[in-house]
Amino acid sequence: MSPELFSHRLIFVTGKGGVGKTTVALALGLAAAAAGRRTIVADIQGSGEQQEAELAPGLFRLSVDPQSAMDEYLLVKVPGPAAQLLRQSRLFAAFAMATPGMRELLCMGKLWELAQFERRTPDADAYDLVVVDAPASGHGAAILRTPRTFADIAQVGPIAHQAQTIAATLRDPEFTAVVAVSTAEEMPVNETLELRDALATGPDPLELQAVILNARYPDRFTTAQASAIAAALARTPAPADGVRSALSVALTEHARARREAAQAQRLSAAFGPRLLTLPYLFEPAIELPQLRRLAAELSP
Amino acid sequence: MSAAGLLEGRRICICVGAGGVGKTTTAAAIGIGMAKRGKRVAVVTIDPARRLANALGLEQLDNEPVRISAAALERLTAPDEPPLSGELWAMMLDPKQTFDELIDRLSPSPQRAAEIKRNGVYQQLSSAVAGSQEFTAIEKLYELAEADFDLLVLDTPPAHSAAEFLNAPGRLSAFLGGGALQVLLRPAGLGMRLLGVGAAPLLKALRLVTGVDLLSDLTAFFGLLGGMTEEFNARALRVQDLLRSDQTAFLLVTSAQDRPIEEAVWFRQTLRERGMPFAGAVVNRVNAPVPRGEVPLDLPTGPAFPPDLAARLDACLADHAVLAQRDATNIERLRTAFAGEPILLVPELAVDIHDAEGLLAIHRELFDE
Repeated sequence: MSPELFSHRLIFVTGKGGVGKTTVALALGLAAAAAGRRTIVADIQGSGEQQEAELAPGLFRLSVDPQSAMDEYLLVKVPGPAAQLLRQSRLFAAFAMATPGMRELLCMGKLWELAQFERRTPDADAYDLVVVDAPASGHGAAILRTPRTFADIAQVGPIAHQAQTIAATLRDPEFTAVVAVSTAEEMPVNETLELRDALATGPDPLELQAVILNARYPDRFTTAQASAIAAALARTPAPADGVRSALSVALTEHARARREAAQAQRLSAAFGPRLLTLPYLFEPAIELPQLRRLAAELSP
Repeated sequence: MSAAGLLEGRRICICVGAGGVGKTTTAAAIGIGMAKRGKRVAVVTIDPARRLANALGLEQLDNEPVRISAAALERLTAPDEPPLSGELWAMMLDPKQTFDELIDRLSPSPQRAAEIKRNGVYQQLSSAVAGSQEFTAIEKLYELAEADFDLLVLDTPPAHSAAEFLNAPGRLSAFLGGGALQVLLRPAGLGMRLLGVGAAPLLKALRLVTGVDLLSDLTAFFGLLGGMTEEFNARALRVQDLLRSDQTAFLLVTSAQDRPIEEAVWFRQTLRERGMPFAGAVVNRVNAPVPRGEVPLDLPTGPAFPPDLAARLDACLADHAVLAQRDATNIERLRTAFAGEPILLVPELAVDIHDAEGLLAIHRELFDE
């Protein structure tokens, strides 16, 4: 992988649901941490680690929750009695959480804060890199636009100001990179191409820095070999269940690998050297050792 | 148990699950199967693969159900089968359009509807905001429930978590229904006095944080909605009733991988807590166990089957045994959590699931044909 990706301060990892965004985000984080960069992988589900927790040496994890992001924001940003009043007001909480886009803005604010060398969170250490395990593509692209949208709607006041600052950070290609994760299947590839187009439009166009093709099935058999297997299957008498199902598994895998090759080709045509491929791991679960194998593939 | 058994007596089937587990395909296959059983079925899809849409005979986005043509149905029927006895209708949800139509329906006058649609807050709300797909999907379902269908099959929007489908519409409804927000925006509101907080300092603090324009935009928006907020609230309650009714069935769609299974177990629990009607689960892309009793297998020999091919085949089987074992363990976890509730398994298929042949194959698995 090009070392350029790891020179960013904020990497947004998005892609269709089920393609392995979390896996890839963690693998990127491990790769960066192994290269000596203090890294945090953050999601905005608010359901995981509520405190910055160390997952591996130099790699931290956090699940950002809009409610605590708001409390933090008010604490730091709003002077004295007003903050007190707002924090205690359930009406304000209801207002903030119900206002369309506010949850997303608060989460973006927290991610932005994580990526600052001067953290506003008291006693917090700085990170060299923040990897965001972002929501699925459609929502992911919308979230990247939220600060700009808010800045345009609110225009004046602290929220507008904060939103403008975040929006400027996001459109700075030195600071922020957007990475799409895909598998070599039709829908994820479609969504990746749509994401590229969606990011390129609007007032703050963005470009995909890299596309990571995750869980690529191995091309085990040549076409001739697959024909030999099919012929063997046709000759094997029905009662030989073991052999027949073994041959069928091989043919199913071959068909899948062929379909994947065609889809991988679409990605490769669209993204050329920006496309990186991770192998399918035939493993019972993806834990730290498996993540390390993937991280090695992504190392700068 | 087959999908037909699961849906016995239900008028609405809501396919929920984590992203990428095959909700759309499952919804379409269920629609086909029930139409074959003589039902008048409408499938509401959200952003299907183009070829899947084409397989259903849908050429373009249309926000109303379109009846699937006889020609398309023929492709969805095996050659030895009789023609479909029911009707299959399908549509692709257009969230913006659905939202606009809702405003049209609830507005006291066309002028008011036009003003609302021009409002900046509304435009954000109806298109850009997270949750608008979920909200409009349920809205569409509610609308179609009045129509003359035996069964509605709803595919739900892609989300990281299945619970988003349950939470997001409520957030939007609460916003549209006003509630806390309206009290806040009406400076002399009763709520303020009840809370014992002077309106002025709170509003001042709010202005400080949000900026005046956002506040005045919101005030303008709620001014336009006027009495419609009550209508939104009443509607939200009726929608909740519909979702909880025993005519409705939530169908959990998952793959056999760790995270989707965890999500499914958790989602089942959430449905139970909220008193939502549950039909069962569909586990897609299951890797069936591969017998590897004798290794190497008793394979054909000769020039057509050289030793290196046999070795490759064996490596392939070894890898698949790992996946099959993983899937079996995860399905067992699901069974334990479901305590006897039905689980349908669909194997990983050799065919491409996005075309008519694939749909037909999945339908056969789901309906035990």
